[in-house]
Amino acid sequence: MKDGIAHILRALHRGERRLARDLSTAAERHAEEHEIHHVATDLAAWSREHAERLAELAAGDGLRLDDDIPEPLPADGPGALLLLHDLRALHLAATENSLHWEMLAQAAQASRDERLLSLVSACHPQTLRQLRWSDTMVKQLSPQLLTSL
Amino acid sequence: MQADRIADPWGARTPYRRHGSWPARVDTFLAEGVEPGAVERWVPAASLLHSGGDAMDIAVVDGRMAGVRGRAVDRVNRGRLGPKDLFGWQANASQDRLTRPLVRRDGHLVETDWDTAMERVVGRTRELLDERGPGAIGFYTSGQLFLEDYYTLAVLARAGIGTNHLDGNTRLCTATAAEALKESFGCDGQPGSFDDLDHADVIALFGHNMAETQTAQWARILDRLASVDPPRLLCVDPRPTQPARHAAVHLAPRVGTNVPLLNALLHETIRHDRVDHDFVDAHTVGFEELSERVSSCTPEWAADICDVPAARISEAAELVGTAEALLSTVLQGVYQAHQATAAAVQVNNLHLIRGMLGRPGAGVLQMNGQPSAENTRECGADGDLPGFRNWQNDEHIADLARVWNVEPDRIPHFAPPTHAMQMFRYAEQGSIGMLWISGTNPAVSLPELARIRALLAQDRLFTVVQDLFLTETARLADVVLPAATWGEKTGTITNADRTVHLCEQAVEPPGEARPDLEIFLDFARRMDFRDKDGGPLIGWREPEEAFEAWKRCSAGRPCDYTGLSYDRLRQAGGIQWPCTGARPDGTPRLYTDGITWAHPDDCESYGKDLETGAAVDPVEYRSLNPEGKAVLKAAAYIEPHEMPDERYPFQLSTGRTLYHFHTRTKTGRVAQLDEAAPDVWVEISTADAERLGLGEGDLVKVTTPRGGLEGRLRVTGIRPGLLFVPFHYGYWDTKEGDGPDRGGPGRAANETTITDWDPASKQPLFKTAAADLTLVARADGRHAPAPTTTASAPAHPDAAPVTAGGRQAYATQNPGYGEAPGRAEPGGTS
Repeated sequence: MKDGIAHILRALHRGERRLARDLSTAAERHAEEHEIHHVATDLAAWSREHAERLAELAAGDGLRLDDDIPEPLPADGPGALLLLHDLRALHLAATENSLHWEMLAQAAQASRDERLLSLVSACHPQTLRQLRWSDTMVKQLSPQLLTSL
Repeated sequence: MQADRIADPWGARTPYRRHGSWPARVDTFLAEGVEPGAVERWVPAASLLHSGGDAMDIAVVDGRMAGVRGRAVDRVNRGRLGPKDLFGWQANASQDRLTRPLVRRDGHLVETDWDTAMERVVGRTRELLDERGPGAIGFYTSGQLFLEDYYTLAVLARAGIGTNHLDGNTRLCTATAAEALKESFGCDGQPGSFDDLDHADVIALFGHNMAETQTAQWARILDRLASVDPPRLLCVDPRPTQPARHAAVHLAPRVGTNVPLLNALLHETIRHDRVDHDFVDAHTVGFEELSERVSSCTPEWAADICDVPAARISEAAELVGTAEALLSTVLQGVYQAHQATAAAVQVNNLHLIRGMLGRPGAGVLQMNGQPSAENTRECGADGDLPGFRNWQNDEHIADLARVWNVEPDRIPHFAPPTHAMQMFRYAEQGSIGMLWISGTNPAVSLPELARIRALLAQDRLFTVVQDLFLTETARLADVVLPAATWGEKTGTITNADRTVHLCEQAVEPPGEARPDLEIFLDFARRMDFRDKDGGPLIGWREPEEAFEAWKRCSAGRPCDYTGLSYDRLRQAGGIQWPCTGARPDGTPRLYTDGITWAHPDDCESYGKDLETGAAVDPVEYRSLNPEGKAVLKAAAYIEPHEMPDERYPFQLSTGRTLYHFHTRTKTGRVAQLDEAAPDVWVEISTADAERLGLGEGDLVKVTTPRGGLEGRLRVTGIRPGLLFVPFHYGYWDTKEGDGPDRGGPGRAANETTITDWDPASKQPLFKTAAADLTLVARADGRHAPAPTTTASAPAHPDAAPVTAGGRQAYATQNPGYGEAPGRAEPGGTS
């Protein structure tokens, strides 16, 4: 495996693990925001699966992606603003992952790596759906949380 | 001919053949001692206690209601009335009707006059508008008022106050129907007609216990089943409902697994190439992705998840796959379950790939639970804009602003209209400071009641409740406004198959109670809402003027009412929208000639991600569906969020019974209906009862992480592992009055339900929770207070006394007089 691809795999693996962790943290932290709680929990499972499949693919090439536990999302901002802050952080984290998937997709095509390409096609659409979700929630919640409290 | 209509809810058979005309049968019930000749006036109306829209006339004697009679000439019910229609009207005359406004003083609700009550409402509204803006005010309405009420409320909330927070309790019953139609067809609007029941050779009921929710239409199916060429039924329901008992194939899947079951039906339909390729090519997008997504969803795969034999799933697929004219109906078993929209959309997909749409017998009925839920949707008193306008489409907003003569930015459209569950969250968290609740009882009907009671009782939340009785919710209010109801006010009701009926005032409301429309107009007048030229925002003063105003708002929209008028409805009876000058008799079926409202410029919604609820971007919709075809949306199965474990080993589903409606505010006050199902009960399967050593009538406690309730046990043919509790029962007729918080046992099913909703339709989940069951006391000769005539029938017929109404429930059933309406149906011979 090329060093560059290995580097991105590592970064994305870390990113997906981090997003899974952050989604779960947000789900617990905002348990009383029921839709956030339930959907974030579902979406965390997607990222966990992405990380597992990345590790599996890397292992096939003899590359071990480490299992370090990333730091949880820090709580920052008062009450209702904390929710918007967390959604923003989730959105940025998913954006980073999406760009890494994009890079892998390009590399997979250039190197005709079918295995990698099929992994990207299975996972990247879900990352895009995570992005759309956080964007939708920010759009829906901001008017109320920023003007009526 | 007289019959006990509690014992026989569907009445006598009048068999008829496929494509034939459903014979009339006129059902009449008059109060004891009232002879037909003594009736002074018969006043036209339609059902208020279910979504069927059955046409009837109210008998008036000495200025009081004295009975009801079905209307033979109306195509919807041809004279038939169910038990709730025959007996429910008596609740209007209850002694405990609210007759004066109430306001809270020193912690207690005390009587006052209208001026004082309304000034208090207006005063608080103004304070909140000044201090915090329109987002601090929310309106939660009903599926049981009239079109004129909803439309007026929509204008005053959206353009008067300028708030995004207006929704109906239709969120609990019909939100998924609307969302599934928007996802598949770009726009709300019931595709099929009840008349399709006359023409279908296969009728598939998905989570729809029609025998208990729309008794007249079920009688129609029974009449066809009694003839020589009956339809074959597919019933998907975990309970032994009447449809299940009459089905050619009955599937009782594990609750929360509708998506895998439907994906397997789609898989089989595609594998056997029972696909109408011409229809798919001409009218849909997304077929390849759908085929791909269901390619691995074999009956064997689904059998494991759903816990239904693969062979039964194949038989069901054969039934729907070989139908000549397939009619599917969908209700709460899908809408209130996990993955609600995703599952309802797969039913649409089945019809789209089979080309079963827009012709007699071939159609989809995404049903409603309430009488005027359709009006709540079309008038924009739910989480949508009036006339099915798209909040993301600036042209639609401009058009609405033109109708209302306001600047477009006066209508909040920066985000989707707020759904009810989110409104209650805003009230809990403090950003909504005033909630005006009309015609509904969230302190019994919303999930997780301990939370709802605490939320409504907050000092910082100002609550206005507009109702007929001092409901559990009204007891927590700051201002209670006494409302007039059906029979005491005039307005229109549109049923689940788009049939509009006029309901006229028959008698005066009690005391100082006022029609809902008058209350809303009074508020608008006191608030002095103006349009952009300084004229009154709401110019109408009475129901017919409100209807005319709505017609202007509906013009050119899918729910076009411009061909209707009160006079026309008086002459013709029920008419199905769209009804225009060009189509004065209305429109039986939508999509008879292609998909009409899915074009990116016309559609009500660009759709959502069915699993996450994320909005689809307008640009993306345009590229996916540039020509405005139907969208085939696939969905993968996700496991329900709450599954049984050691602590909570059962699945728990709540639901309704034939004899009651909503939270029993009316039906619980009528002797015939109350005695048929006087108290809450718990259903369990024979296998589970035997395993646990429990039997009929044992007093049990059902517990979930949210709370518990007690009821007597009924052992039935329900699916093993599942418990069922009816949701109608609250506390107004208990010692406590408003809830179990002072130590009494829980009675309401929603003590136990989870706060979780479908991310696409935002409809709460009432069918998928995990629960524990424990014995409180042995039956000791007592029985569950559950009807034996319905899905709650005991597994062993001798286990409980048979449900009967006796003399007081005798109603007459006469062969029809009056002709069938003259609308000829094409449909061939049989």
